[in-house]
Amino acid sequence: MPLLRTIAYHPRMQSSGSTTSSFPARVRGVLAVLRADGGDEYTVAAAARLAALDDAPWHAILVENAATRRQGEAARLRTLELLRRAQAQGAVTAVLDGPDAASVAAGYARRHGCATAVTARERATPWWRAPFLRRLAQAAPELDLVEVAAPAAAPPRAAAAHGAGAAGTPAPRRYLAAIGASLGTALVALPLLPLLDVANVAMLFLLTVVLVAIRLGRGPAIVATLVGFCALVVAAPRRQYDVSEFKYAVALGVMLAVGWITARLTSDLREQAESAIGREARTRALYEFARALSVALLTEQVFEITCRFLARTFDARAAILLPDDAGRLRGPVADPGSGARPPVLSVLDMAAAQWAFDHATPAGAETPTLPSNSWLYLPLLAPMRSRGVLAVRVPDVAALLVPERRELLDAFAALAAIALERVHYVDVAQDAVVRMEGERLRNSLLAALSHDLRTPLTSLVGLSESLTLSRPPLAAAQMELANALRDEARRMSTLVANLLDMARIQSGGVKLNLQWQMVEETIGSALRACRWQLGARTVDTRIPRGLPLVRFDATLLERVLCNLLENAGKYTPPDAHVTIAARVDDGMLVVGVCDDGPGLPTGREDALFEKFERGQQESSIAGVGLGLAICRAIVEAHGGRMRAFNLPDAGACFELRLPLGAPPPLPDMDSDHHDQPIDQHEH
Amino acid sequence: MSIEPAVPVALIVEDEPQIRRFVRMALEGEGWQVHQSETLKRGLIDSGTRTPDLIILDLGLPDGDGLRLIRDVRTWSPVPIIVLSARIDEADKITALDAGADDYLTKPFGIGELLARVRAALRRQHKAGGDASARIAFGGVEVDLNKRTVQRDGEPVHLTPTEYKLLSVLIANLGRVVTAPQLLREVWGPSNADNGHYVRIYMGHLRQKLEDDPAQPRHLLTETAVGYRLQP
Repeated sequence: MPLLRTIAYHPRMQSSGSTTSSFPARVRGVLAVLRADGGDEYTVAAAARLAALDDAPWHAILVENAATRRQGEAARLRTLELLRRAQAQGAVTAVLDGPDAASVAAGYARRHGCATAVTARERATPWWRAPFLRRLAQAAPELDLVEVAAPAAAPPRAAAAHGAGAAGTPAPRRYLAAIGASLGTALVALPLLPLLDVANVAMLFLLTVVLVAIRLGRGPAIVATLVGFCALVVAAPRRQYDVSEFKYAVALGVMLAVGWITARLTSDLREQAESAIGREARTRALYEFARALSVALLTEQVFEITCRFLARTFDARAAILLPDDAGRLRGPVADPGSGARPPVLSVLDMAAAQWAFDHATPAGAETPTLPSNSWLYLPLLAPMRSRGVLAVRVPDVAALLVPERRELLDAFAALAAIALERVHYVDVAQDAVVRMEGERLRNSLLAALSHDLRTPLTSLVGLSESLTLSRPPLAAAQMELANALRDEARRMSTLVANLLDMARIQSGGVKLNLQWQMVEETIGSALRACRWQLGARTVDTRIPRGLPLVRFDATLLERVLCNLLENAGKYTPPDAHVTIAARVDDGMLVVGVCDDGPGLPTGREDALFEKFERGQQESSIAGVGLGLAICRAIVEAHGGRMRAFNLPDAGACFELRLPLGAPPPLPDMDSDHHDQPIDQHEH
Repeated sequence: MSIEPAVPVALIVEDEPQIRRFVRMALEGEGWQVHQSETLKRGLIDSGTRTPDLIILDLGLPDGDGLRLIRDVRTWSPVPIIVLSARIDEADKITALDAGADDYLTKPFGIGELLARVRAALRRQHKAGGDASARIAFGGVEVDLNKRTVQRDGEPVHLTPTEYKLLSVLIANLGRVVTAPQLLREVWGPSNADNGHYVRIYMGHLRQKLEDDPAQPRHLLTETAVGYRLQP
C-alpha cells in the first residue's frame, strides 16, 4: 500500500510549481496527525519520508482534547518531543485544541494546503465511535489518507496518569472520598425509600455523582455511580417483588447510564475549563506585558519590564542583548532599576546568542542549535530588523518543550522586539527634531555672521577704492597705501568667505547645488574672480576639448580653484608660472594647479590639508591655513579626493579628482548642422 | 551720457551708511545727483517721488525684502535697477534678475565694477528707446544682426542656428547678466527649464569659436551659478 500511495500521491503528476498551480488550496503538503496514543513516532517518520520523496512541505500537528489528556502528561510530553523532532526535520508544527480531532485536522489541512494526511492506525476504537480515519475522511473528503501501521507491541498505556493532577489530591484518597460520598447518600436516601419513589431516590444518587464528578474527576464519579447502584440493589430485596420490580430495574439501569454519562461529560467540561483557565492566564500575562511595554519610552525600561515579566511568568532569569553598530552583540547590562547584577554570559553563550541574532533563529536550550546550552536565545525580530537577542534561563529546561510556554515566550520576545523598535524610532524622531532645530539655528547664525562680517568689509573695500579714485589724485605714497588697504580688505573678505564656508561644510549644513558642469567654464570664472591674487605671474591653461560634463557645485569648485590660485600667489616668487590642467584619468576628472615655485616642504604634503596648517610656520605671509582645508572639505563633499605633491623638476602641484558620472543626454543636434545657413529657428 | 538735459538722478536703497557713502561718492564723481533711502519703506516712496534714472538696491534690507521694490517699480517704470547681494545667495540673485532687476553686484565689490554695471545698464536702456545698431563688435568679433553674419578678425565664422540664437540673446542684453533659466527659455523654449547643461555646452562652443583662449574668456563671461554676460 505505501508504494501505491506514494505513486498516487506523487505531485509530478499534478502541476508542480507551487505558484503556477491552478488549485492553490491543494498544494501538496503532507500533514502528520499525532494522537498521543503510542503510534505517533511512526506517523512522523512516514510523513517525513513522504514529504522528502518530492520535496513537499510538511506539517505535524497534535490536537489536544479530553481524549489526549486522558493519555496522561508523560504521553503528552513524549508527543511534544516528537513534534520538536519533526520541526527539526523541517516540519511546521502546531498544537491545536478542539473536541473533535478529525475536524480540527481537516480544517488545518485545508488552511495549509495539505493534500495528504498521515496518521497511525488505532489499536482499538470504542464500539460507539467511528475510527479516527473514517471520521477524518468524512470531515475532509478531498484529503488522501495514509494509515501507518502501529507497532506490534504498543507501549503500555499510561493508565496510572489517568486524571492525575485533577485537584492535586492523590488518586486513592479521591476514590475513597467518592465511595464515602455515595455511602453517605445511601445512608440518607435509603431510609426515605418507603416515602419516596425509587426514581426520586436515584436522583439523589445522581446528584452525588455530579458533585463527585465536578470535585474529584471522572474515575471517582464512575465509582460513586457503581456504589450507589449497588446500594440500591442491596436495598431492593427488602422491598416487595411485585409489579414494581420492573419499574425498579428500569430506574436503576437509567441511573447507571445517566451517572456514567454525567461523569464523562462533567469531567470533560472541567478539563476544558481548566485548559481555558490556562489559556486565559497566558493571554492575561501577554496582555499585561504588552500594556506595561506600551508606556516604555527608554530602552532600559523595556529591559526592566521584560525581565520582570519573564521572572513572574516563567520564573526565569532573562537578559536582553543589544547589537552595536557593527551588528556585534554586547554583553548584558545591569538593570538600573533593581540594581541586580546582570547575568554573566560566557564567550560560548555570547557566540550562541550571536548566532541566533545573525540567523534570526532561536538557539540554545531545547532548540535544534546548541540544545545543551542552559540559556535559550530568542532573536528579537521586529518589522524593520532584528533588534537584539532575548536570553532566557528557566529552572526547568524541559518546560520549554511545552508548546504553550514556548509560544508564550515567543510572543513575549516579539512584544519586546516591537517595543525596542518603537523606542528606537522615538529616539530617531527626537534626534531628527534636534538636528533640524540645530541646523536652523546654525544657518541663521551663519547668515547673520556672514552679513555682519561682510558689510564692514564691503565698506572697507569700497571706501579704500574711493580713496584711490579721489580727485585730485593722491600722491604716490598715499596711493600705494590706499591700494594696499583695498587689497588687504579683499583678502580679508576671501578669508571670511573661507571661514564661513568651512563652518557650513563642517556642520553638514551645506546643500550642494550639483549641476552638470563644464570644468573649462569653472576654471575660467575662477581665473576671472581670482586672477588679481596672482599679480604678474603668468597663467597657462591646458584643457583638452571634449572633456565630459561633471556634476559639481560650480560656486564651491570655483572657491577651491580660487584658494589654490591664492596659494600659488602667496607662496611663489612674483615671476612664477602657474599651470591649470584638466584631464580624465581612471574614471575621474583630474584638475591640477601647478607652479614652478619652491615647492612644498617634503614629507608634509598631506599635513597641508589640515586646518590651520601653513606651509611656512610663523611666516609673514597672510592667512591662517584654512584655504587647503576648505578645498579638501569641498572636494570630499563631492565624493572626490585631493592631494598635493612636488613636481620632479621644481614647483608644487595641487590636484583634485572628481568622479565622472553618467552625464545627461546632449541637446538634440539634428537642426545644428554646420553647413546649414544660419537661420533663426523658432522655439 | 544723459539724454535729458538735466542732471541724472540715482537712488541708493541701502541700510549701511558706509556703503551708501562710497557708492554715492562714486556716482557723484560721474556726475550723478544721488538720493539715499535707508529702508525699504523709504525706498518705495522715493522711487516714486524722485523719479530716478537709476536705482541701486540692497536685497537684504532690515524692514523687508528688496524684491518687493523691484516688483513695485517694474509695474510702472523700466528704470535700471542694480542689486547688491551676498555671495552665497545665488538663488536670490536669479529671483531678483527674473523679477526685473537689470544687474547685480556681489559684496564686496569694487567701484570699477559698479560703474561698469551702471554704464552698461544705461546704455542698454537708451538703446531700447532709440535705434538698435545692427552691427555689434567685441574683441575681434563683429556680428551683423541684419545679415546674420559673424566675423572674427575679418574671417567669417560658422555658427549653428542654436549658437547664433544664444549669441543674439546675449547681444540683446549686451553688458548685462542674463540668467541661465532665461537663456534656456529664450533659446530652447519653456519645456527645457531643467536642461541647464545645454546652455553650458553651447556657451563652450561659442567660446571655442569666438574667444582667443576659451579657458580665459574676455567677452563671453560666466557669472557662476547665476548666468552669463557678454562683455563688450
